[in-house]
Amino acid sequence: MLDSALEVLRMQAAGEASAVEIAERAMDAIEASQTVHNAYTHVDRESAIASAKTIDAKRAAGEPLGALAGVPIAVKDVLCTSDMPTTCSSEMLRGFRPPYDATVIEKLRAADAVIVGKTNMDEFAMGASTETSAFGITKNPWDTTRTPGGSSGGAAAAVAAGTVPLSLGTDTGGSIRQPSAFCGVTGLKPTYGRVSRYGLVAFASSLDQIGPIAWSADDCALLMNVIAGFEPRDSTSLDQPVPDYTLATESNDLRGMRIGVLRESLQAEGIDESIRTAVSHAIGVLAELGAEIVDVDLPHREYWVPTYYVIAPSEASSNLSRYDGAHYGHRAGEEAKDLVTMYCRSRAEGFGAEVKRRIMVGTYALSEGYADEYYNKALKVRRLIRGDYDAAFSQVDLLLGPVTPTPAFKLGDKVDDPIQMYLCDLFTVGANLAGVPAISLPGGFDPAGLPIGIQLQAPTLEESRLLFAASAFQSATDYHTQRPKQ
Amino acid sequence: MSQLPTTTIIGLEVHVQLKTATKLFCGCSTKFGSPPNTQVCPVCLGLPGALPVINEHAIELAIRAGLAIRCDIPPLTKWDRKQYFYPDLPKGYQISQFDLPICADGCLEITDPADPDAIRRIGIIRAHLEEDAGKSMHDEAAGRADSRIDLNRCGTPLLEIVSEPDMRTADEALAYLIKLKEIMTHLGVSDCEMQEGSLRVDANVNLHIDKHGQRIATPIVEVKNMNSFRNVAAALDYEVERQYAEWEETGHTIQTHGKRTFGWDDVKCVTYPQREKEESADYRYFPCPDLLPIRIPRERVEQIRASLGETPEETRERLQSQYGIKAYDADVIVSQGRAMVEYFDAAAMASGDGKRTSSWIQQDVMRTLKEQGSDIESFGVSAEQLGKLLSKVKAGELTNDRARDVFKHVSENGGGIEDAIKALGIEAVDDSEMESLVKELLAANPKVVDDVKNGNQKAVGSLIGQARGKNPNANPQKIREIALRLIDQA
Ligand SMILES: [Zn+2]
Repeated sequence: MLDSALEVLRMQAAGEASAVEIAERAMDAIEASQTVHNAYTHVDRESAIASAKTIDAKRAAGEPLGALAGVPIAVKDVLCTSDMPTTCSSEMLRGFRPPYDATVIEKLRAADAVIVGKTNMDEFAMGASTETSAFGITKNPWDTTRTPGGSSGGAAAAVAAGTVPLSLGTDTGGSIRQPSAFCGVTGLKPTYGRVSRYGLVAFASSLDQIGPIAWSADDCALLMNVIAGFEPRDSTSLDQPVPDYTLATESNDLRGMRIGVLRESLQAEGIDESIRTAVSHAIGVLAELGAEIVDVDLPHREYWVPTYYVIAPSEASSNLSRYDGAHYGHRAGEEAKDLVTMYCRSRAEGFGAEVKRRIMVGTYALSEGYADEYYNKALKVRRLIRGDYDAAFSQVDLLLGPVTPTPAFKLGDKVDDPIQMYLCDLFTVGANLAGVPAISLPGGFDPAGLPIGIQLQAPTLEESRLLFAASAFQSATDYHTQRPKQ
Repeated sequence: MSQLPTTTIIGLEVHVQLKTATKLFCGCSTKFGSPPNTQVCPVCLGLPGALPVINEHAIELAIRAGLAIRCDIPPLTKWDRKQYFYPDLPKGYQISQFDLPICADGCLEITDPADPDAIRRIGIIRAHLEEDAGKSMHDEAAGRADSRIDLNRCGTPLLEIVSEPDMRTADEALAYLIKLKEIMTHLGVSDCEMQEGSLRVDANVNLHIDKHGQRIATPIVEVKNMNSFRNVAAALDYEVERQYAEWEETGHTIQTHGKRTFGWDDVKCVTYPQREKEESADYRYFPCPDLLPIRIPRERVEQIRASLGETPEETRERLQSQYGIKAYDADVIVSQGRAMVEYFDAAAMASGDGKRTSSWIQQDVMRTLKEQGSDIESFGVSAEQLGKLLSKVKAGELTNDRARDVFKHVSENGGGIEDAIKALGIEAVDDSEMESLVKELLAANPKVVDDVKNGNQKAVGSLIGQARGKNPNANPQKIREIALRLIDQA
């Protein structure tokens, strides 16, 4: 099983396996998993083996190797790749091949990572179960009757199924953290602006962020070292130095760290008992490691989801205007005689129900006469939410709470009930609205053996602090080392 | 029935294309006239995942333009998305500026066309930056979906300058446009070539009719598609007549009828209603989340203000007083833009003869530029070279004709003035050599001597041709002087 990037690097350095052998193992694992889990939308064995060969040749020639040399990695199908289709799991972009690589893809290639394929997702990253994909649903490796979560469900399941040690997801309202929690892996949403969005197909531009998924915080740190950093092509990327994140995982001593517990959120309606238990347990573990635990509150928490579900669809309605059938992507057939009919049919055929719903909600929220009541009001509430975080972080170094109200739910349970689906984001959208980094890490199992995630949030640009605490937690627990039965 | 007293109300929206080398949000060239879709990239094609990055030069030019039309430059400006579907708009929205434009609240003073001694002050509401769309080319004859789209222009920076409805006649609108163009070209902000679309005008016009002490306003019409200033004036004049007649016939007023869009047909010289939109457009403006608001510190504005230099009026006056050239000539040079003024300044300084330099620039330089299709910045004859050449003419070392040969040689082959003189085999002819030549000619042409002695000085003219036949470098002026002196002494 390929479950550690650090181990893959060690094996190659020690001559125990070549990059080609590792790539072949990954491709075999993908083949075996794909029919069961459907975590991928596109896999390219030949090109993966070819790039692994290049890395072996470089190693043989004594050339310098990148930080991820020979490590297989899967990337969410919302990131542009010039050598593979980029579909956003939508009929609209079926077969679409961008003429360029996203910045994170360029960085992966420069780090000598082996990109094995693209992972399944909710259509245009809109959803929390990967059930809105045009490429079929993805199944949770811990229980194939359940969802892996979403929207980065394929990326989390690809790691949980043991096909790759690392994957890249994106997180607009929880889309890295919630599937990581459901799949028992570790997923980090970095600070807004920490990772360049250039080449990330936009859902909600002011919220979207790319981040790593792996079994351990240590592996997430390794991948963060490669993808983080300022880039002039993304005007919203932050021009701040990038620390070596792997250094943050070296110590396990949390003495002097104040961790605020979002006690209120544990009282929220509909929250599963197993989630409460896991958070209480995590409090104990972190206190044992030396952290000081205090209670904090983010007073506008009840407005998170409504605020998010105005801002995200508003931006989405604009970002998705470009898919009109005129330039690329799906175009309605010959019967569309005039321009307006062509637009309407192309969009009607190309987009799924959830995407259409959000475009309509967003269009409404931005319309003349309604913008003040919805979009502009949501921006004001967003400022209050940011203020809450600022106030909380003036008292504590990290925030601790749940990721999701429940463990992974059954496939089909919520797909026809958008409100229930939106409530999956109850605990995660705050970090996106405030732009702060947050991590989901394995924190236990429910009585049925389903993984449970716990969430840590940190002030802007404090990914190192998050990874430090997460790594310490993982040094004291073995949840991240548990594997689903094959 | 005699016409009632009527006031025409005109406001203009002028789009000028900023003279940046690259587009507003990407590195693609803004060059005009390249083959379709050859100046595009993921950003201006609006491909999924591509992000805009602001071109600082466009900000700089917008501030220059704004200061020249006396706008305030607020400390904070931001970007908004204006959303509508059109095939030449690949993102489905245009990045523009909605509530915080880069320039606000300015004015432009024009000479009152009806009274040359009076000044009319035309208010400017705002000037904002936005990206241009591409071009759709419809093959209407085919009668089906055969439209083609060229996205080369997509993302080119535009500054939209919106005036108050302060103009009262087509002539005032014309004067406003001429003045605006002069300022923009002079500052190097824009080429303002209407034919190439680097200046576009939309005119809003309606009438205020006084009837029995009551003021009635006709519905506002926005006229588009005018491809020259002359057509703007013609369209406005036409609208005045048309709106009055329409009001007489229908009684429609601004209260009963909303704004309409008309096109201008420059063959039939009429305006015509363009297809009405099904519903009033809701552009759903909202702040563009891909771009940060821009802070413009006061110091930056003041720095740009200090670099603006003199206005076209000031330049015109200075050229007249400093070089003694006529108002008309100063006007021609200034209207070519600041680079030409700088060229003239340098050349006139080097030649020590402003009038001669002015006439050479207006004839030889401008004609050559036109023939070469180039501009003064990249012209092969530098201002210093032209100055040196003309100083030789002034000193009598070269004739105008020979100087023209030298000019042509340098503009075609490059190199220095002296190199060209050498290459053309031009040598200064010394006075003694010239005197012996003239003596020889006088001896051979006794009739000329007699004619001159009888008071007909023009008769020496025939000697000049003969002299230059023997030596092409002979200076006609010199030949005339020597001939007259020798005849006088004889
Ligand atoms: Zn471009």
